[in-house]
Amino acid sequence: MLSKWMKVTVLGALTLAAASGAALAQARDDLKVALQLEPPNMDPTSNAAGAIDQVLYANVFQGLTRFGPDGEILPDLAKSWDISEGGKVYTFHLAEGVKFHDGTDFDASDVKFTLDRARAPDSTNAQKGLFAGIDTVEVVDPLTVKVVLKAPDGAFPFKMAWGDAVIVAPESIKDIATYPVGTGPFKFEDWVQGDHVDLEKNPDYWGTPAKLDHVEFKFISDPTAAFAAMMAGDVDVFYSYPAPENLPQFEADPRFQVIVGSTEGETIMAMNNARPPFDNKLVREAVAHAVNRKEVIDGAMFGYGTPIGTHFAPHNPDYVDLTSLSDYDPEKSKELLKQAGVTLPLKVKMTLPPTAYARRSGEIIAAELRAVGIEPQIENVEWAQWLSSTFKGAHDFDLTIISHTEPMDIGIYANPDYYFGYNNPAFQKVMADLDVETDTAKRSALLKEAQTIIAQDYVNAYLFQLPLQTVAAAGVKGLWKNAPTQATDLTGVYWEN
Amino acid sequence: MSPMRFLRSRNLVIGALLTGLFTGAALLSFLWVPYDVTQMDIAHKIKPPSGVHWLGTDHYGRDILSMIMVGARTSIAVAVLAVGIGMGLGVPLGLWAAARRFSLLDEVIMRGNDLVFAFPSLIIAVMITAILGPSATNAIIAIGIFNIPVFARLSRSGALGLWNRDFILAARVAGKGAMRISFEHVLPNILNLLIVQGTIQFSMGILAEAGLSYVGLGAQPPTPSWGRMLADSQTMISFAPHMALFPGLAILLTVLGLNLLGDGLRDLLDPKLRRGRT
Repeated sequence: MLSKWMKVTVLGALTLAAASGAALAQARDDLKVALQLEPPNMDPTSNAAGAIDQVLYANVFQGLTRFGPDGEILPDLAKSWDISEGGKVYTFHLAEGVKFHDGTDFDASDVKFTLDRARAPDSTNAQKGLFAGIDTVEVVDPLTVKVVLKAPDGAFPFKMAWGDAVIVAPESIKDIATYPVGTGPFKFEDWVQGDHVDLEKNPDYWGTPAKLDHVEFKFISDPTAAFAAMMAGDVDVFYSYPAPENLPQFEADPRFQVIVGSTEGETIMAMNNARPPFDNKLVREAVAHAVNRKEVIDGAMFGYGTPIGTHFAPHNPDYVDLTSLSDYDPEKSKELLKQAGVTLPLKVKMTLPPTAYARRSGEIIAAELRAVGIEPQIENVEWAQWLSSTFKGAHDFDLTIISHTEPMDIGIYANPDYYFGYNNPAFQKVMADLDVETDTAKRSALLKEAQTIIAQDYVNAYLFQLPLQTVAAAGVKGLWKNAPTQATDLTGVYWEN
Repeated sequence: MSPMRFLRSRNLVIGALLTGLFTGAALLSFLWVPYDVTQMDIAHKIKPPSGVHWLGTDHYGRDILSMIMVGARTSIAVAVLAVGIGMGLGVPLGLWAAARRFSLLDEVIMRGNDLVFAFPSLIIAVMITAILGPSATNAIIAIGIFNIPVFARLSRSGALGLWNRDFILAARVAGKGAMRISFEHVLPNILNLLIVQGTIQFSMGILAEAGLSYVGLGAQPPTPSWGRMLADSQTMISFAPHMALFPGLAILLTVLGLNLLGDGLRDLLDPKLRRGRT
């Protein structure tokens, strides 16, 4: 009796071993990727949220040009371009045989449609500045587009690489907010709001096809849930992992790999410059001196993150270190509050989006502000709510913490309607000059001046440059180390046994 | 009751001691705590228990003992007020339903209670705080609302049996109104039931508050709360177990204490059990 049972057991074990061996031999072709924030909709060309690009850029949508893994500008749908009339006219030569996911052809008229739509007066494109320099867009032939600018602009290919400038088609524009149709290596399959977005491989892709067959994006911002999901194998890659305290543990575990890189994310505590009490520069300066960046970086980020003193990435050659303008000095802070004549304790509202860096930094900064007599009331909100009431709409907030992950985005300070409500004509002039300046040295000088103006005006409290912490299963290869733009480019990602 | 009988009830003694410990800690925190709980000390974060910080420090360098003491205040305040709401509304409803037993009014009240009861209590609480916004006040309202049917049912069933008794009949013959009878004769006779249930609901209230603040819907920072301390410590449990251990123990011991106290009080107060034993 016993031997019979043993036989069965051994046989069973052998079958199991054989089955799992077979499974091991074949590399997986699906990937589950977790991000912190869910896109509010699927249209990167009319919504500011970087979460949209994070899912769709380079995967589903492509632009004339694109950002490479280290921020370099690469040809994409435009395989090459000629510059004439001293940088005023760009002639883009488009890739051949490109089809949108709905089967329609991609040609020059789609480019004209996209650019005209983005710069139209009623356009809701979040980065209209990218298209402001365009004078006319002409279709020369189906594979050639001529863009005439109002003034020479050496940075035009850079501007066309943004997620806000990806090419969309008139045939599919109606449903773009829920059903994005692009030209990329992945097709949009399904979006279950509040849970996941599914992409599948585009079998008719015009370029080098993707190696993965199926990609699922999940959205987890809570550090505890992120840790549990990673440990249980519910997700294979966590892009921008929210709990830096777990990184040593993942590093020590052979099942995982940890990739720490840089992002373009200036993490700031934005102050509402448009309404009291932060319309008063003295109060803003007081806040800037009350914040201890070292404590924030150590306490909220466990030491990961570079302090910044202005809205500019420290790895950029034109960066000026202005952290000393807003050094930690609570006594000075109290003095400034007295000068400003505000009644203490000054009650303000601190609205925090769900990202872990914001929630944790917020708690620390709130304690630091209380020490100088400012009483922040913390209000934790969901992402959609943050986007609709803080970032857009009524801008109903006093303080909020967010990382601006777009590359080279100091231009947002020239927009008086932007959510933090900074309106300084002198700064706006510097930006206007920068737009038409082509000389590298002069551009650099203007950029430095711009950084200094906003730091001296204490527009926001500048905290740290957000690091990119990716935790992935050990077998996943081809992930980007850095985040030169908001993207999770999965084109080259594959499983290695 | 004799002191012997009181001591014989071991549950009651342990329960009272544990409850007393945490109530005492909460009361003491009004006068004195080892460290200010809003004061962060990032340089000394995540330190294990030592002579300086008896229960160690958390990820912002705050003293865990102080946070547990002040957190006890939050827990107890939320639970007391939530049970207060449940009793304050549930008991009169139950008494009213019993006074007008088997009428349409009775049906309406009790089916309304069934409706609230049909939802899992914590789900209601999550729903209510999600609608009203997360705060300690809304947690009190949320937990209080699902306490109402508990007390309404208990009072009604307790009162129903009493309404057929001779002394109530005598009161009715004497011309007392239904409301007066309910409060003067019925209520004192179901008080023991209510006290026992109150203790149990109190422990459930503490658990519910911890649950709500664990998911971020309870008291908001910087007010310390046991549930949030647990939530914050979860990703750090592998290298800082003390951060999860102590708030976890606090919740466990308080709830255990209240349950033992409730059991002990039932043994002590329930006339049926008392009769059976003597």
